[in-house]
Amino acid sequence: MKYNPRACNSLAMLPQFLARHPASPDETGQGFLASMFELQEMLKDVTGMAGVSMAPMAGAHGEFAGVAMIRAYHDARGDNARREIIVPDAAHGTNPATATMCGYTVKEIPTDATGSVDLAALRAAVGPHTAGLMLTNPSTLGVFEKTIADIQQIVHDAGGLLYYDGANLNAILGKVRPGDMGFDVIHMNLHKTFSTPHGGGGPGAGPVGVAERLLPFMPIPLVLNENGFYRLATEADLPQSIGRMSANMGNAGVLMRAYVYARLLGREGMHRVAEYATLNANYLMARLRAAGFDLAFPERRASHEFIVTLKKLKDTTGVSAMDFAKRLLDYGYHAPTTYFPMLVPECLLIEPTETESRETIDGFVEAMIAIKREAETSPDLVKGAPYSLPVRRLDDVRAARELDLAYKPAA
Amino acid sequence: MPFIPHTEEDVSAMLGAIGAASIEDLFDEIPPALKTGKLKDVPDGLPEMAVARLMQERASQDGFWSSFIGAGVYEHHIPAAIWQITTRGEFYSAYTPYQAEASQGTLQLIYEYQTMMTRLTGLDVSNASLYDGASALAEAVLMAVRSHKTSRRVLVPKTVHPIYRRVVDTTVRNQGIELVELDYDPATGQTVLPADPGSFAGVVIPQPNFFGVLEDVHAMTDWAHDKGALAIALVNPTTLAVLEAPGNWGQTGADIAVGEGQPLGAPMASGGPYFGFMCCRQTFVRQMPGRIVGRTVDLDGKPGFTLTLQAREQHIRRSKATSNICTNQGLVVTAATQYMALLGPQGLAKVASASHAGTVALADKMAAIAGVTRAFTSPFFHEVVLKLDDNAKDVLRALRAQGILGGLDISGWYPELGQAILVCVTETKTAADLDHFVQHMERILSKRREAPPCAYKS
Repeated sequence: MKYNPRACNSLAMLPQFLARHPASPDETGQGFLASMFELQEMLKDVTGMAGVSMAPMAGAHGEFAGVAMIRAYHDARGDNARREIIVPDAAHGTNPATATMCGYTVKEIPTDATGSVDLAALRAAVGPHTAGLMLTNPSTLGVFEKTIADIQQIVHDAGGLLYYDGANLNAILGKVRPGDMGFDVIHMNLHKTFSTPHGGGGPGAGPVGVAERLLPFMPIPLVLNENGFYRLATEADLPQSIGRMSANMGNAGVLMRAYVYARLLGREGMHRVAEYATLNANYLMARLRAAGFDLAFPERRASHEFIVTLKKLKDTTGVSAMDFAKRLLDYGYHAPTTYFPMLVPECLLIEPTETESRETIDGFVEAMIAIKREAETSPDLVKGAPYSLPVRRLDDVRAARELDLAYKPAA
Repeated sequence: MPFIPHTEEDVSAMLGAIGAASIEDLFDEIPPALKTGKLKDVPDGLPEMAVARLMQERASQDGFWSSFIGAGVYEHHIPAAIWQITTRGEFYSAYTPYQAEASQGTLQLIYEYQTMMTRLTGLDVSNASLYDGASALAEAVLMAVRSHKTSRRVLVPKTVHPIYRRVVDTTVRNQGIELVELDYDPATGQTVLPADPGSFAGVVIPQPNFFGVLEDVHAMTDWAHDKGALAIALVNPTTLAVLEAPGNWGQTGADIAVGEGQPLGAPMASGGPYFGFMCCRQTFVRQMPGRIVGRTVDLDGKPGFTLTLQAREQHIRRSKATSNICTNQGLVVTAATQYMALLGPQGLAKVASASHAGTVALADKMAAIAGVTRAFTSPFFHEVVLKLDDNAKDVLRALRAQGILGGLDISGWYPELGQAILVCVTETKTAADLDHFVQHMERILSKRREAPPCAYKS
């Protein structure tokens, strides 16, 4: 969650842009299409991929496009035995769910004690059935997969393709490129890395990038530049495309905001994104460690995020990560992600991003320390949180058991 | 302008706390061989003023047009309050409402959205939205197959938007699901139900269909139920203010209703963001994909709102989830909820009626021109197919030279119709706009009849 620059919104909402019907001829949208083409080219550069399509409308939608392309690639070669996608156990739930939607079975592999992919398990898992591996790097555990070169080798040697989940691209923007790490297909979350708004849960945008061999399979539309005339590619341009993912051109307005953001940042700004996101995360991690919090992987560098585990606190005081998170709300901080990744018990996944100031981070640390003290001295106080919001702790169990999903006036 | 607030003093103090000599040291776990040099194709950053100038120039280049294109995306007036409120920071920048107690505004808004959508569609429950109309239809097809015990076939009329059909195909292709096309009657433009459809899990019922033609939704719904299949309504939400709600179709109503939410307050904006809506009967709620908000109580018994039925979703069920979707088009739903609240049922009915009246007026005027005929005889709503005795592409290009986008050429998708354009009118068009369009159409057609077409060769 980083700052969403206001200029991105106001310039994407210029009246002519808003008034344009998506089925209008390309001639009537050269300003819009030029912006889209340039964004496509910039995304290629920052990811090191040969082609980019901005058709997918969210991260999971991009994942779907990516895995569908993996499947189209194997199918086009008549390599029909490849029916498995390998996913680390720490992966986002969207990874296995996506593999299923593409007709694949999912094989999970474990994480080793340092938070990295277990190479021996990966070697044992790959084979003639392997369609590909889906990997987030830096991983969902907040650490860079140091053995990425080996991982890449193992998967490619087995004939599989390598999928990059771009959830954590912000951690390496301008530092390392997925294409240089050997990934064949990636998605990016523009609502994370390119600061388009979360909007209370969407809309996002999940462009996909591909290596040379997957170029023919990209989803349409994408934008072509023919001697200065911009047009949307169709089925005729990409006959092997996995097809269309939306009725029009994805979340065009979100892409426009990302384009403005990219122009404001420019090259130097992009290099700085990963640097300061990483600085903030490591600073916050160092301060929490000094304050007595347990880190899930204390011997590792944080990428742009890291994990604190409250297992000891839970064992001694009964205060859970959920209680802790709710108490943070009382202190005016939106709680970090809780209970994900699932392999770390009682965890908080903390991701400050580059746009938070040192002052804000220090304030967060003070709140964490205060809540820890409260948990040790008066645990019931923390377990009853929050107290300062419009409602107190909500009954999720009742919400699911006695479904009330739409208002019905009393009879 | 990287939006980074750190001073040099901050940086050195922070590095000191970490115990690192430089920011570069923080990347010491990345193999040096992989590190990126300078980015090549990203230009230097620009100040906000320069980017604003660039974007204003590009917007002017695209300009404004008098558009009569519909085809699933409609130019409706959006009250000024809606996007001013929607882009307030509290909505615009808010995170996904995972911390329900800190997100009551967002959650209550979605609950109200769900309520309004159930009223519009006449069905029991709604989710918090999907990506767009086409992807919502794809999810409905998957849902029908999950709900059906035996069949993996779904019937999709040719009168469904051709791009929607492609999106469905992209989505379900790898899951062993068979999509079966249903033909339409060339005279009426209505779907023809096959005598022997075989076993199928569901049938898609578009209303109005892609041609703007009204289908016999009651007969289609009952037919589907009679065959043990689900009836999937594909509807334009604006038209539901005056047409029968899917929940009332046939003897027992449609089972699922989906569609494009754009007409409810989203600008056309070259394609998005919009949102797809999905409603269904209570029976199928656990098969529904996407976020759902429910009302519950807090520790003190006070009502509140939270995400619910998450056991269906990918972050819990992983490979066994109903869908991989992990988002909703929250901000656009924020706009749509205000749009519906501001207009109310009467306001929405006025928009629908005015749009339809305009389309009827245009169709009549056009049909009076030599060389223009209506493609179908049956009743239509808010959109109509016109056949031309001339090349549609050339005629549309000539209209464009007059600032008019005169509809969508659908001859490529439906070659059996000959040269045909799909034309729509909304409440934004005045009688003068219609006359302007008709006059130019008449002039262009007559001029092209006089001059040899080769003079206009593309």
